[in-house]
Amino acid sequence: MSSARVETKLWVWQRLSAAVLALCVIVHLAVIVMAVQGGLSAAEIIGRVSGNYVWLAFYSVFVLAVSLHAPIGVRTILKESTDLSPKLIHAIMALLCLVILAMGFRAVFGLFNAGGM
Amino acid sequence: MKNTIKVKVWRGNEEGRFEEFEVPRQPSQTVLDVVTYIQRNIDPTLSYRFACRVGVCGSCAMTVNGRPRWTCRTHVDKVAQDGTLEVSPLRNLTVVKDLACDMTDFFDKQNRAEGKFHPTKTRNDDFAYILPDDKQRKQAALGIECIGCGVCYSACDIVEWNKDYLGPAALNRAWTLINDVRDGGNKERLAAVAGDAGCHACHSQQGCVEHCPKHISPTRSIAGLKRATAMAALKGEI
Repeated sequence: MSSARVETKLWVWQRLSAAVLALCVIVHLAVIVMAVQGGLSAAEIIGRVSGNYVWLAFYSVFVLAVSLHAPIGVRTILKESTDLSPKLIHAIMALLCLVILAMGFRAVFGLFNAGGM
Repeated sequence: MKNTIKVKVWRGNEEGRFEEFEVPRQPSQTVLDVVTYIQRNIDPTLSYRFACRVGVCGSCAMTVNGRPRWTCRTHVDKVAQDGTLEVSPLRNLTVVKDLACDMTDFFDKQNRAEGKFHPTKTRNDDFAYILPDDKQRKQAALGIECIGCGVCYSACDIVEWNKDYLGPAALNRAWTLINDVRDGGNKERLAAVAGDAGCHACHSQQGCVEHCPKHISPTRSIAGLKRATAMAALKGEI
């Protein structure tokens, strides 16, 4: 793929993921604000998200959007402020994406399956 | 108004120092007037560039008290700080001598961004009829008054970070041509401006908009290029 195509597609993915994240962050913060009204507890959080497929889908989308958005942004920062080779930068992007996916889905499925507590 | 003004002027090239001069004040005096006074009356070895003196040619841009400006239309009254001026060459360009920069990179980038007209008709064809309220004509009109002074290029932090970045003026020029229905070079142009030193490198900080003496918004033009390249990429055209 040409540089023009790569750069343009990365830009499109970053903008699309940003739009998704804007919505996700608003919902996430709104729920936090509403939840703490009655006092925040682990049991209350687990009670809300555990076994709930809607929250599973919501936070899965959230994690996927972060896993796209953050590595593309980090790539730009590394390109502008370091002399790292493009190959190394792409390797860092891929690693960061995998780390976000692994940590994110570990948390999402951890809470989804935490009903036994 | 004091009778004189203290002016610190950059002397040398990339390596150099500021030299201080005392210049008589005049009503409605411009920064270019001050520099010209120094060259004609105090130190004839001072190098700087100008041509029209009336804000048309784009030759006389310099850094004045830390900001890039067109010096022929910049009044001393408006920019002097504590009765002093500091005049240095434009940032992000190689200094030839004193206040004169090598503009080669700046103009080469206009070519690299396909900032030239690709005709689709010959002299035997009829004129193109474009109404003044045509949507694309209006878009082109917003960026067409660029005088190529290099002020936006000097104000841009992305140019400083990435020497290959095409810069606000070249991308703005490309956007005006994208909106020129007589032009046939859009495919090449979109590919040229979408590379890793092209429109997607812009952070929309708007230093160019803040400093452009013609009140053009290169950021708006670059945003247009981002949308146009995105559409072209989705259609598989680039």
